[in-house]
Amino acid sequence: MTKPLIELIDIEKHFGPVIALAGVSVSVLPGECHCLLGDNGAGKSTFIKTMSGVHKPTRGRILIDGQEVAFSSPRDAMAAGVATVYQDLAMIPLMSVARNFWMGREPIRKFGPIKLFDFERANAITMEEMAKMGIRLRSPDQAVGTLSGGERQTVAIARAVYFGAKVLILDEPTSALGVRQTANVLATIDKVRKNGIGIVFITHNVRHAMAVGDRFTVLNRGRTLGTAKRGEIKAEELQDMMAGGQELAALEGSLGGTV
Amino acid sequence: MTYSQPQPQQNGAASVVELAKDERIKEMPAWRKALIRPELGAICGTIIVFAFFLVVARSTGMFAPQGILNWGVVSAQFAIIAVGACLLMIAGEFDLSVGSMIGFAGIVIALMSVTWGYPVWLAIIVAFAIALAVGALNGYLVIKTGLPSFIVTLAFLYVLRGLTIYGAIATTRQTIIGGVAEVAQGDPLAWLFGGKILGFLFVWLADIGLIGKFVAGPKAGQPVIDGIPMLIIWALALIAFAHVLLTRTRFGNWIFASGGDAQAARYVGVPVNRVKILMFMFSAFCATVFATCQVMEFGSAAADRGLLKEFEAIISVVIGGALLTGGYGSVIGAALGALIFGVVQQGLFFAGVESSLFRVFLGVILLMAVILNTYIRRMITGER
Repeated sequence: MTKPLIELIDIEKHFGPVIALAGVSVSVLPGECHCLLGDNGAGKSTFIKTMSGVHKPTRGRILIDGQEVAFSSPRDAMAAGVATVYQDLAMIPLMSVARNFWMGREPIRKFGPIKLFDFERANAITMEEMAKMGIRLRSPDQAVGTLSGGERQTVAIARAVYFGAKVLILDEPTSALGVRQTANVLATIDKVRKNGIGIVFITHNVRHAMAVGDRFTVLNRGRTLGTAKRGEIKAEELQDMMAGGQELAALEGSLGGTV
Repeated sequence: MTYSQPQPQQNGAASVVELAKDERIKEMPAWRKALIRPELGAICGTIIVFAFFLVVARSTGMFAPQGILNWGVVSAQFAIIAVGACLLMIAGEFDLSVGSMIGFAGIVIALMSVTWGYPVWLAIIVAFAIALAVGALNGYLVIKTGLPSFIVTLAFLYVLRGLTIYGAIATTRQTIIGGVAEVAQGDPLAWLFGGKILGFLFVWLADIGLIGKFVAGPKAGQPVIDGIPMLIIWALALIAFAHVLLTRTRFGNWIFASGGDAQAARYVGVPVNRVKILMFMFSAFCATVFATCQVMEFGSAAADRGLLKEFEAIISVVIGGALLTGGYGSVIGAALGALIFGVVQQGLFFAGVESSLFRVFLGVILLMAVILNTYIRRMITGER
């Protein structure tokens, strides 16, 4: 078994009197897609925000390559190779793909004392990285607003990978997408995983999780209900664990097994 | 870790093939591509305005050298403040205190140089320093309070105007301070704002008969234009600087990003707060350039100078294709917006039209520009 890229052990997070996380443990291996499942309010968002440096855990340890770390900001986490792609905060629609891709890390070309944005290099690399992910751009000047939701997610993923992410956290990347766009994003996840990057895939859609997941961790009411490997667990079981058991089984009966 | 996962891979492969040619994305015609740039409306507007006045006011001397200089200077004035407002608006903020800042900086210069007898260059430097500090304060308050810049700078619109009038009356018992021209004689920095260059060129042009000479009066024998005012040079320099900054540098990308989505920009490490505060300072800088040029040209400062200039700057920027919501726009567009402004304002004068109609024109063109911009934005972002 390879060593985990990142390990979170017994993470607790309290907001005043509210216990958002009451002991969550997750590890991510190189080249695996670790699905984090849970219903709304299960603590998924709090957990990934802790992982990406937005929140500090109240208790618990975070290990990266076996070393304990404490992130005080998202920048710390990014410097340690933990990148997060948020569902809607990833891209600026009015700006071109290349400008978005390089935002905050623009390449520079010097003309004496004047430093200019090196568009030639930025455009070439953007086109190349997009092509690797299977997106054909008309031009790197194309506004991100003209891309589909799935393509935007893919640009954000490509950007994180290009800038050296080792662990990539995807916050519900498929929740707002149609069937084909979802398939595109799942295919992208598969490509990225093959490069040895560990992926944390947050979703509440069991079918999307089953399509690409290597391991599955279910969160419910701020706790880990356990981690299962692919093949050890069926979609129905995951679904039941997410919903907290019986109720959904009863509900499912009345809906004719369609949920 | 061996497992098979036929489903996503199949889908992935299929979608790659389809991505290569998506039948539902039509090839975009060239005219439509050309339309998707912020300056388009302003370019069309400029052509229409020039065509109109070439027909209507040709015989009035509007396009003779003196006429060109006349509307050129007015356009340059608009352009100087529009450039500052443009970058600030693209960064997602407004500055309504521009007009008050113009009056304020002018009075500071006149008070210090005429009333208190300091050298003019020192007065100019102090005016710029105070303006930059007020700009930074504007920005700092907007960032720290999270209030809309509309409100914060509206407060400064009143604060600065009030201080200006109070300062002038309390020290000199009047709201106009004259005599700047006399104390500015030979001042090195004053020339930079009130001087004229390339005078020799016009002497030569007059000698070869391309432009006229005065035939009578004290200036008889001199060309009708004695040089290009530094005001126009400032306008051109600011336009060039801001255009390169916005479109060709890393900082320019940060300006777009800060206005497009501040949170997304922060998330990837763009120093959004710094960008916005610097843009507030740049806006105040431009207002002070305007004020200094005006004081040197008129030889006086008045506490009511610059009234409504903030809105004229914003209208120029909007005609130039910038979105009021930030994240999109063009310095060249804003400059063309200022040119339209200047040409129409002076053109109506040349054509002998009642000048109050200028404001009607402003309102109408503002509305048209915003409608066009909204349409262009929809085309870019694919919203419906």
